[in-house]
Amino acid sequence: MSKKLLSGPYLVWMAGFTVIPLILILYYGLTDKNGVFTLANIISIATAEHSKALWLSLGLSFVSTLVCLMLAYPLAMILRKRNIGKGSFVVFIFILPMWMNFLLRTLAWQTLLERNGVINGLLSALHLPPQSLINTPGAIVLGMVYNFLPFMVLPIYNVLCKIDDNTINAAKDLGANFWQTLFLIWFPLSVPGIISGITMVFVPALTTFVISNLLGGSKVLLIGNVIEQEFTKGSNWHLGAGLSLVLMVFILASMALIAKYDKNGEGTAF
Amino acid sequence: MKTTKDRLKKTVENFYLVLIMIFLYAPIATLMVLSFSNSKSRTQWGGFTLRWYGEMFESSTIMAALQNTLIIAFTSALIATVIGTAAAIAINSMKPLPKTVIMGITNIPMLNADIVTGISLMLAFIAFGISLGFETILIAHITFNIPYVILSVMPKLKQTNKSVYEAAMDLGAPPIQAFFKVVFPDILPGVLSGFLLAFTMSLDDFIITHFTKGAGINTLSTLIYSEVRRGIKPSMYALSTIIFVTVLILLIVTNFAPHRKLPHLRHGALRNEGGQ
Repeated sequence: MSKKLLSGPYLVWMAGFTVIPLILILYYGLTDKNGVFTLANIISIATAEHSKALWLSLGLSFVSTLVCLMLAYPLAMILRKRNIGKGSFVVFIFILPMWMNFLLRTLAWQTLLERNGVINGLLSALHLPPQSLINTPGAIVLGMVYNFLPFMVLPIYNVLCKIDDNTINAAKDLGANFWQTLFLIWFPLSVPGIISGITMVFVPALTTFVISNLLGGSKVLLIGNVIEQEFTKGSNWHLGAGLSLVLMVFILASMALIAKYDKNGEGTAF
Repeated sequence: MKTTKDRLKKTVENFYLVLIMIFLYAPIATLMVLSFSNSKSRTQWGGFTLRWYGEMFESSTIMAALQNTLIIAFTSALIATVIGTAAAIAINSMKPLPKTVIMGITNIPMLNADIVTGISLMLAFIAFGISLGFETILIAHITFNIPYVILSVMPKLKQTNKSVYEAAMDLGAPPIQAFFKVVFPDILPGVLSGFLLAFTMSLDDFIITHFTKGAGINTLSTLIYSEVRRGIKPSMYALSTIIFVTVLILLIVTNFAPHRKLPHLRHGALRNEGGQ
């Protein structure tokens, strides 16, 4: 009995700083400045400015997720094939950037992409015309892929490691070629990892405001930027909270996706 | 015939691994090289210098931010470890239903987007009448750190043998003594890795700190953010290099220490934005 009391501080803490804060977002999102119930904050997602930002965010994070998946799957397959242990240094090398302060990673790309940055410096050394690389949607996608790639690699790698070699060999013995094995064996067996990877890349990409701020300049406005500005500059918290509620729909959808396809928590990052 | 094909395949694979490696490390390497270059230009090597490191250590804003970051990381990790370990012990002895409910709540900060967590905490602080500043950053960091500690300690607790604890009490040890002499040594690796994980998460966080900090206080992350928007100074490169090397050492210690086994995480470093 006394053991259960040990969870007291934790329960109080979580109620105060996780549950109540979320209820407050709900409250702010559904009321106006006078505390009167309204759906206006949520409906404002339909205004031209906000819906443009949302669609752009959805588009860019979709592209980033796709690029991450296409880069990560072959990488995870190669890592598995090399049969290096889970705690091996090679795998560690590929996940290390994930633990680097992500502001620094983004700062690094800013240094590379800027008008008088490293890449343009190299181009002019080769007597090629400078390119405008920064402040484009492409730069944001690059930043997202760079920042979130390890989140795709890890879950897929972990699931692939659980596939028995005999399953693959059986498919080969029965005459399946590489592509048949890929589509009929590898992909279906790695669905939990793929889904987990997709949500782990898609959610932060969709909600980011830092990458778009640093690599997109003021030209590209994502939904994360809109919300951040409502809280830090615009100071219409009700509107910001309302738009966050819209974002949470996508977060909840991805949680539901995970719950459906990764029931046993196989596709986890560690 | 087959060996040639295999060799070709292997070459292609190696080539791919190297390409990804370059993609991942070239930007970081660039920062590190620039931090030693005696020239403000990003394309010209101006000779080796430690000038930017000197400038960095002399800057009172950077040093204050560094101090804040370390104090917050250490304190929040410590408090989260105490609360989290106690909670894990309690949760472990609970019946399935309350266990599921509590673990569900535990997962919220890990699955939620950082921007939502940050905003919700900021709204709560203002509603509770706590003015934004050092304490609010600390509370926010403890909040997102506790789940990592719980998830680090739980697997270790499941492995412990309950009868050993009971045997200790049968032999006359009071529960607290039985716990610290018998159970605690078994779960210590989990507690330590939870602490280190929490420390790293706190060190790395930007988004939640951004929303819960008051004016006039900075951690390294928020300082870098405001500096970068004003234009990058080479002392920032020096700072980046130092942070990178520190994180590298911390991770090698956590990952390759004898009792390595990181917990069952899903969103790991999304406090990073995450990894954001």
